[in-house]
Amino acid sequence: MTATAETTNAAVRGKERGASAPLRPWPRRTAVRGTEAREAMHAYALEMRNITKTFPGVKALDHVNLKVRKGEIHALCGENGAGKSTLMKVLSGFYPAGSYEGEIVIHGEVRRFQGIKDAERAGIAIIHQELALVQGMSVAENLFLGSEPARYGIIDEPRLYAEARRWLDLVGLSDVSPNTPVAQLGIGQQQLVEIAKALAKRADILILDEPTAALTESEVERLLRLLEDLRAKGVTCIYISHKLNEVFRLADTITVLRDGKTVGTYPAAELDENRVIALMVGRELTERFPRVARHPGDVVLSVRHFSVYDPHNPRKRVIDNVSFTVRKGEIVGIAGLMGAGRTELVSSLFGAFPGRTEGEVVVEGTRVRIASPRDAIAAGLALVPEDRKQLGLVLGMDVKANISMANLQRLSRYGVINENEEIRAAETSVRELRIKAASLETPVGALSGGNQQKVVLGKWLLAKPKVLLLDEPTRGIDVGAKYELYTLMNELVRHGVAIVMVSSELPEILGMSDRILVMREGRIVATFNREDATQENIMLAATGGVGA
Amino acid sequence: MKPSVPSQPLVQERRSLRALVGRFDLRAYTMILALVVIWVFFALLNDAFLTPRNLSNLFLQMSVTAILAIGMVFVIVAGHIDLSVGSIVGLTGGVAAILQVWYGWPTLPVVVVTILLGIVIGLVHGWWVAYQAVPAFIVTLGGMMAYRGILMGITKGQTVAPLEDSFKAIGQTYVPATVGWMAAAAIVVLLYVAAFRRRAARQRYGFAVPSLAADMAKTTAIAALVLLFVFLMNQYKGIPVPIVLVLALAVLFTFLARRTTFGRHVYAIGGNVEAARLSGIPIRRRILTVFVLSGMLASLAGIVLTARVNAATIGAGTMYELDAIAACVIGGTSLMGGSGTILGAVLGALVMASLDNGMSIMNLETFWQYIVKGTILVLAVWVDMYSRRRQKA
Repeated sequence: MTATAETTNAAVRGKERGASAPLRPWPRRTAVRGTEAREAMHAYALEMRNITKTFPGVKALDHVNLKVRKGEIHALCGENGAGKSTLMKVLSGFYPAGSYEGEIVIHGEVRRFQGIKDAERAGIAIIHQELALVQGMSVAENLFLGSEPARYGIIDEPRLYAEARRWLDLVGLSDVSPNTPVAQLGIGQQQLVEIAKALAKRADILILDEPTAALTESEVERLLRLLEDLRAKGVTCIYISHKLNEVFRLADTITVLRDGKTVGTYPAAELDENRVIALMVGRELTERFPRVARHPGDVVLSVRHFSVYDPHNPRKRVIDNVSFTVRKGEIVGIAGLMGAGRTELVSSLFGAFPGRTEGEVVVEGTRVRIASPRDAIAAGLALVPEDRKQLGLVLGMDVKANISMANLQRLSRYGVINENEEIRAAETSVRELRIKAASLETPVGALSGGNQQKVVLGKWLLAKPKVLLLDEPTRGIDVGAKYELYTLMNELVRHGVAIVMVSSELPEILGMSDRILVMREGRIVATFNREDATQENIMLAATGGVGA
Repeated sequence: MKPSVPSQPLVQERRSLRALVGRFDLRAYTMILALVVIWVFFALLNDAFLTPRNLSNLFLQMSVTAILAIGMVFVIVAGHIDLSVGSIVGLTGGVAAILQVWYGWPTLPVVVVTILLGIVIGLVHGWWVAYQAVPAFIVTLGGMMAYRGILMGITKGQTVAPLEDSFKAIGQTYVPATVGWMAAAAIVVLLYVAAFRRRAARQRYGFAVPSLAADMAKTTAIAALVLLFVFLMNQYKGIPVPIVLVLALAVLFTFLARRTTFGRHVYAIGGNVEAARLSGIPIRRRILTVFVLSGMLASLAGIVLTARVNAATIGAGTMYELDAIAACVIGGTSLMGGSGTILGAVLGALVMASLDNGMSIMNLETFWQYIVKGTILVLAVWVDMYSRRRQKA
């Protein structure tokens, strides 16, 4: 394994020096590269050698090697469960030295971190998917949380705010005052505050774990530009993302992990998206979206002049006079940028949004009044929410109880659950959805993301809905499980279920939908048939460009 | 080429999960083991501890806490807390005694009205918590003070006594030995019938059943425990009536927790209230019911306590809410909500009563008893947290 990584790295260097290096305008990096031959050891900001981490009964990492050169952006790719997060937890001291085998070398020096503090002192900072900011505190207080400038334990406020200003400017948040409570910032800005916090700790190796999962397009752009800027300043960055377009835009080098092993390290220029996916799953995926011919039937769901008001601002419409129909056996995709009102639309149709609603919802010709999820279920709707851990599952409960949760009435008599009926129902779901779990009594918290999502789906399929609302159904799910979910959606549609799918992934919208609605600022601004839709015209409509 | 669905390496995950499930069982056994250790410890120090007479007393002493703890499990599992149960015990006991002693009501109407009072109090709490979104801690803290005040007001600070024999019977009598044996025999028969019916039902659904030998061994073990218990109690005066009540409630509420939609909903609400809401579970109604049950059980406990001491005092039930919460927590109920068992809470109450009883027998001074109980509570939760951490790492 080490040998292959070595040769590929050699290839990287050779190639870049020859072809692309002159094109890149960062003298510092070329300088580093120039001394590389002499100081091969120190060319790497970070080396992880033969890391093996075992959990009871599971080898999560098996002789993994990772070498990251100084000042590069190094992408780490792999399916969920491939070991990316575990590897980063080893690196950031979350798992202390001794709990794993192998060694970590930072700037040519073998280090044994006893905890996260140790790793931070060595200049390693990890920025998690879930942001770790204290919402009620100000930006400045957050930036220096745990390392406040103080004398005799009394915080030096002027210095605190002055320094905060400096770091905020550095990450491009010049428009944000250090006094602002973090809760008032958008997710994208909070992400940048996190980065500023890491830099303020003098980190020169940044680890970003799915940093763009919750960001809007423009926020993503801002983040990517910042990372490029930081690279120019010599900061080393490990970038973990499922979004391969970002990976290819940023990364100099890509390491692919699969099943806890290093598949290889490659210069980004030598790969393309399909090649990376093939390396991640271990085979070529010729078709990412299984496409079947469909024959939509009668209209099942008809939404007319539907408006939803902001619960905090009763005059503002989150959804503004929306009308659309969904027919039996078709998939309607809803595209749009973050904040366009897509989640608000599906959750208010399901009675789960706190704001006041106006307009008509008609299911199979009958007007229905939906004030709560209970009403929606009775009307034949089902919602697979965006955030399955927060909204979809009771993680501590087992697979069986989660699947039966929305269907207990049918599985019980006089309020007493028929255990055997419940087991049968759950077994059927597990079989049909190919849920991989040790048993029906396994807590769902122990399943992988894809399998958790299937449990949520199983719960709703058991309710036999007429209309299935899916909100970002494949977020955070690996490629293989995604494909399985698409296949399931096709089967459902074949059985006459109507599907409304909100998704931020345009290829998914284009690949799966029969019709595509594009939302912007709470309104449906364009409708495309599948044949007419392209990434370009959808984005154009979503961003409010001409031609929509 | 036909796109293939990639298979994931789940064999490894499966193995770790089995380890996890194994540990879960271990937690239930640790509880029983701890109880045995405590009993052996006291038995070695004092001959009087493991006598039928003392065990009978021990069970009697735990009855009020156990009844409260049974109701408290649901409240805590739902993610709330009920600090008022001690004061409800005092108030309902006081009302019962006043109705009988001052107004000469017969026992049955007194019991009915008292339980109704508990239900009404629970409704009030549930309404504040579920429909007005006031935190349960505050609502029941307010109740704790207010009910104690009402009790002082209506009794005018006096002790209300004595009660009629029929009322005292609830707390002081014993089931005659022959009746005890007959009931035990009936329960044993029922256990076997239930075991066979469960097997038959599973087979009808085409599910795998455990081997007959394993099933029978399990049932026989439980049956033996029932018989041993009746035998022990009959060695003294028979099974104390309050214990019959505790056991019946424990069985009923275990059934509620594990086999009914209501129970499932409560655990789901405590586990993840948003997921429960989106699954169409009526959150508020369930929370309301949980508080009604807690209030009802507290009034039952009030009746038992008043019957046992044959008097209502203004101090009755003081701090009982903390005993009940401690019993739940020692029995493995998580204060975060979502998990906990009735059996665990009853065992927790038994552990606390055993400590009390054992230390009293040894003539340990009261202050020591408080210190020991407090320490045990913290240690019990520490052991629980420690074992959970081990599971994760």
